[in-house]
Amino acid sequence: MSTVLEVKNLRKTFGSHRRKGQQLIAVDDISFTLAAGETLGLVGESGCGKSTTGKIILSLLKPDSGQILFDGQDLTRLSQRELKPYRRKLQMVFQDPFSALNPRQTIGEILTEPLKIHQLSDRKSNHKRVTQLLEQVGLDGETLHRYPHEFSGGQRQRIGIARALAVEPQIIVADEPVSALDLSIQAQILNLLSDIQQQQGLSYLFIAHDLAVIEHISDRVAVMYLGRIVELTSVKTLYSQPGHPYTEALLNAIPKPEPGHKGQKPHIQGEVPSPLAPPPGCHFHPRCPYAEAICRQTQPRLTDLGQQHLVACHFSHKVGRFSPSMADNS
Amino acid sequence: MLQRRQSFWRTVIWQRLRHNRMALAGAGIVLGMFLLAALASLSGSDPSAIDVSQSLQPPGLKHPLGTDDLGRDVLLRLLYGARISLLVGFVAVGISCLIGIAFGALSGFYGGWVDTLIMRFVDIMLCFPTFFLILAVIAFLNPSIWNIMIVIGMTSWMGVARLVRAEFLSLRERDFVLAARALGASDLCLIFRHILPNALSPVLVSATLGVAGAILTESALSFLGIGVQPPTPSWGNMLIVGKQTLGSAWWLSVFPGLAILITVLGYNLLGEGIRDALDPRLKD
Repeated sequence: MSTVLEVKNLRKTFGSHRRKGQQLIAVDDISFTLAAGETLGLVGESGCGKSTTGKIILSLLKPDSGQILFDGQDLTRLSQRELKPYRRKLQMVFQDPFSALNPRQTIGEILTEPLKIHQLSDRKSNHKRVTQLLEQVGLDGETLHRYPHEFSGGQRQRIGIARALAVEPQIIVADEPVSALDLSIQAQILNLLSDIQQQQGLSYLFIAHDLAVIEHISDRVAVMYLGRIVELTSVKTLYSQPGHPYTEALLNAIPKPEPGHKGQKPHIQGEVPSPLAPPPGCHFHPRCPYAEAICRQTQPRLTDLGQQHLVACHFSHKVGRFSPSMADNS
Repeated sequence: MLQRRQSFWRTVIWQRLRHNRMALAGAGIVLGMFLLAALASLSGSDPSAIDVSQSLQPPGLKHPLGTDDLGRDVLLRLLYGARISLLVGFVAVGISCLIGIAFGALSGFYGGWVDTLIMRFVDIMLCFPTFFLILAVIAFLNPSIWNIMIVIGMTSWMGVARLVRAEFLSLRERDFVLAARALGASDLCLIFRHILPNALSPVLVSATLGVAGAILTESALSFLGIGVQPPTPSWGNMLIVGKQTLGSAWWLSVFPGLAILITVLGYNLLGEGIRDALDPRLKD
């Protein structure tokens, strides 16, 4: 598979540059690649920098440093005008279907706008294309005169997907696209996204905090903790042999749907530290059961354990308390 | 059913406004004033025609609201005054909204030093006591009705600018604006198509209340003799004539006063009704 997007050493801070203590490091030296037709899941707790990463990739936020290479072109160096042809190639689907659509525009206007901006079809064929887009996402082509408030959450999410597809992108950044929806609707939207991917060979950067959703849709998964990627590997490896204690803890925290199940002791204690004052060394060490002196001093680098299994942990060989078979039997 | 077109305004605002009696009364007064002003133009009589033989007649059959010291019909002059008041109210508020929206949009959309500059300018403008600023400006210019409208408009845009800026600050971070940005929409498209239409609700309320304020300001200026100049009738300059004869001819000051009171009340009721209808916390 060929790489369509390469993110290199991305870093983004918010807040005052003068007062050091007020600086929030949202994204800290993140690198990954996205192959054509692949889905990369990006998982982590609230506030760990997932959405910020997505917005930087779409050039909605400017990174402090780092590169975003699309077709060998660094998008962070382009002016707004130079960026416009690349905007077509990268699109976004949003979390909240209620704020993702302009309440004062009809569905037709919402879907025609991308066609106009990039001059993808003339006035006559606009209507045909919009109807086709609506049908592609499973909506009635006759609905284009209606306003967003007349639709349900799931339908609005479909409209949001149709808007992203209108410009025929190569990459879609889906920022928690199903977390605001009912469980049954979630499955429909996930299936729709998979179908579209198979038809058009799209790549997804799929941001979520729901491990079940991530396992269902992803080919590879990156786990983020406090702005850093702590583990990046194929979905199969991640769910069977996690290499980072944080991933292990997340997997152990998935509730088991068993009657009479007593529940396990939580494997991680404490809260996520404030991103304004992250702990030194490995950010995870205050909550880590394997932590030793080195973890408090030296930040572990993301290293390959073999077979593209990247982990940032000094003691990744010790991690392994998670075992799918044991968990099932317990 | 499928073709049912429901815009935001028709569904939400009108449905809520319809059940608010005070707002409906206000809307009735505002509409009534428009009709009366139109009636004045249709009557064709000259409100400034002097007939000294009819001076200071009390209200009666021939002159329903009496006549003034020069024998002019008070009712006719009130109706013409309504025209002036509406004109001043709407044009002045139009000017202030245009300036306010332009500054507020620039300030809220671009932020940074543009925002700082505009908002400090707003602060400076707010420091001046508006009425004395108008007095000072009118002292240099001709006190014509157009100058008054322009001056009132140019001294009352700051509230609108702040409202629009606040709306822009919150709307520009909304997902649908980010989506348009990610599609490559230009700044103008973002401002005029995506943000501004969603930012206008509070401006509408402020404008409705602003009309009442502008009518009051115009009346006050005319009362002080630097607004609309006689013989053109305005509610303000009718009041000053009435003041001299308050003891003997009460109708000269009571009726213009009532006209101002009722009109301002009407706009305030309507404006507050719209504000309540737009309030997302009120669910019907």
